[in-house]
Amino acid sequence: MSKLTFTTSAVAILALSAGAAVARDNVQIAGSSTVLPYASIVAEVFGDNTDFPTPVVESGGSSSGLARFCEGVGTNTIDIANASRAIREREIAVCAENGVTDIIEVRIGYDGIVFASQINGPEFTAFSQSDIFLALADKVVVDGAIVDNRPATWADVNPDLPAVAIAAFIPGTKHGTREVFEEKVLLQGCEDTGQMAAMMEAGMSEDDAEGACMAVRTDGASVDIDGDYTETLARIDSNPNGLGVFGLSFYENNTDKLKVATMGGVAPSTATIASGEYPVSRPLFFYVKKAHIGVIPGLKEYAQFFMDDQIAGAGGPLANYGLVPDPALAETQAAIANETVMGGGM
Amino acid sequence: MTDASQSGAHHRGSLLTVDARTRKRNAAEARFRYYGMAAILTGVAFLVVLAVSIVRSGLPAFTTMAVEVEFTLTAEQYADAEGQLFKTRAYEGYFNAAFEQQLQDRNVQAGFDPEAVNRIIGNTGATLRSFFLENEDLLGQPVTFNLPTSSRIDGYFKGRLLRENVTDSRFLEVSDLDLADELAEAGIIQSKFNWTFITGKDSGVDNPGGAGIGASVIGSFFMMLVVLFLSLPIGVAASIYLEEFAPKNRITDLIEVNISNLAAVPSIVFGILGLAVFIQFAHLPQSAPLVGGLVLTLMTLPTIIISTRASLKSVPPSIRDAALGVGASKMQAVFHHVLPLAMPGILTGTIIGLAQALGETAPLLLIGMVGFVAREYPDGLISGFMDPNSAMPAQIYTWAARSDGAFYEKAWGGIIILLVFLLAMNIIAILLRRRFERRW
Repeated sequence: MSKLTFTTSAVAILALSAGAAVARDNVQIAGSSTVLPYASIVAEVFGDNTDFPTPVVESGGSSSGLARFCEGVGTNTIDIANASRAIREREIAVCAENGVTDIIEVRIGYDGIVFASQINGPEFTAFSQSDIFLALADKVVVDGAIVDNRPATWADVNPDLPAVAIAAFIPGTKHGTREVFEEKVLLQGCEDTGQMAAMMEAGMSEDDAEGACMAVRTDGASVDIDGDYTETLARIDSNPNGLGVFGLSFYENNTDKLKVATMGGVAPSTATIASGEYPVSRPLFFYVKKAHIGVIPGLKEYAQFFMDDQIAGAGGPLANYGLVPDPALAETQAAIANETVMGGGM
Repeated sequence: MTDASQSGAHHRGSLLTVDARTRKRNAAEARFRYYGMAAILTGVAFLVVLAVSIVRSGLPAFTTMAVEVEFTLTAEQYADAEGQLFKTRAYEGYFNAAFEQQLQDRNVQAGFDPEAVNRIIGNTGATLRSFFLENEDLLGQPVTFNLPTSSRIDGYFKGRLLRENVTDSRFLEVSDLDLADELAEAGIIQSKFNWTFITGKDSGVDNPGGAGIGASVIGSFFMMLVVLFLSLPIGVAASIYLEEFAPKNRITDLIEVNISNLAAVPSIVFGILGLAVFIQFAHLPQSAPLVGGLVLTLMTLPTIIISTRASLKSVPPSIRDAALGVGASKMQAVFHHVLPLAMPGILTGTIIGLAQALGETAPLLLIGMVGFVAREYPDGLISGFMDPNSAMPAQIYTWAARSDGAFYEKAWGGIIILLVFLLAMNIIAILLRRRFERRW
């Protein structure tokens, strides 16, 4: 008798779960921790303003979000991946292998990357990409020979900077921000200082030289932060000489603790980022699985709601939080309405 | 007599002469006592620092600076707001305009502009909309609302934000603080108990005033139900079999070693297992307390099995022998005599296992319960198990990672609530043990 009850209840639980697996009624999102604040703002407002349930937004980094996105099609996979960088060819290939062929790319706006230090710390108020590169690069060319780059203080790099020990806290490799940091700061600095050309003269191929430009020294002067910006903030709080990499909106929320540095003479703000004067900015994206539209209720509506002028445009809650609106918003709206997938197909 | 009194003065009434070695041993013992006391004092000091810092950082989360405003929404305004895409912002617009009008009528001294009102009052649209959706009959009538101020104004009154650190930005201008001070003096901005924090759900990063831990308490509750109803029967059955019936051979030895090892496995491993088995293979929903409960069950089982076996072992063999001696079968001896006597120990072990599971975040990371999960309260048992929800420690972790200082304060407040639950569970465990424990 008891065996019978147990079996029936087990069967009931299984049937129940099978039913629930089909009937997921909320949008499931994962990915970049930089996009997470914006996505959570929209998710809350979307739940408050529509009859759809509030979407679930997980964090974890662009790469892990896109990896989960590409696991396949079905209600046990996520519908949207947030990313602070564009999807890579390699990831599109993995997606295609697993049956995720139709992906709608949505660019939500731009975000600035700023360098900030403790508000009572040393006078780090002006940097150029060359300074950052010379301070943090792993190898540099001196007199035609490639040597380890180990300056101890910022003054060793640039006499205008204070003579304090180099202690940089940069985003870890699973963050999309790291890629932007490497390309827009390190690589740019490498080219500006002529190191890139020197490396190629010293016998490196162009690819190898680029790789060497973006390699960060590993002797402890530069620390990878795999967590969120709050972890970077905590490190800066406990190290007066620390210099951290933050998103503009995070800095704007913590102006009472942090002091921001200019890059190439331009102070970061939504205005200078929108105009392109501030050099270190990057677009933010989310990717929608087209196969889930019509299966998961509210998926397309969420994407449309997100990109509406009132939300993602100037004066909307995202811009108010620190996102730089995309000038090409109308094109993105049309692409979502027509469900235009990447690679030109429909 | 004179001899004795002389020697008495010398020995202080004892014939024992303390030689050098004894003195050394006594000194060593005294030193050891001081080491022990120092160790305890260090532990207590850490505990006090921890408790004080938690309470000090967390208590402000239980109050909120609220604006008390009378507000009338006309039927036309209601229809207009409901016709828009961004409805909550329309409600907010009407409310802020009405508030601004009231400020002008009051002749407030501090100069202000319409934007200042927007900067002082937090996100109110969702509260207003849900109120008027439910009370359409109150349209056109004045209703008094208590609505949260923006996170920076809240922080200013709680001492989180100092006036000298304020620089003009689109979030807050220094002149806003004068207006806020004046409103506080007039009693319009008041400190209120923050019920939203106790009963509410998570909110977007720009709306710390609307964030609450209530929904995640429910999530944790449903997970604990799963853990209790799965791990208690499975754990007790496994330990009774292993302890009372199983033959002692290599296979049972292997099982025992593995159970002990499982108890020491890092909890994130169970999360990875849960993702692979329950979500990817069994197609259970993501972010569901059912899956969270299943994962935590796996994590709690070894704890329960070990404590159950220990309490079964502690029942004296004479009880089994006596039962068997009067003709009981082995099963009767176990279920009628041994198990009831071992029950207090089993329950204590179970509650402590549950308390451990309640505080776990790592296994939930991979099954989608950590992140922005702001769902309404479940409307029944099935939706409680199946609908996405967070858990208390996951909610705390999420808040701690947000850039706004108001969320950091809420994370500490959440820790206080979590500690209250843990403390309650541990007290129940102690009471059960006191009440029912038998010593032989």
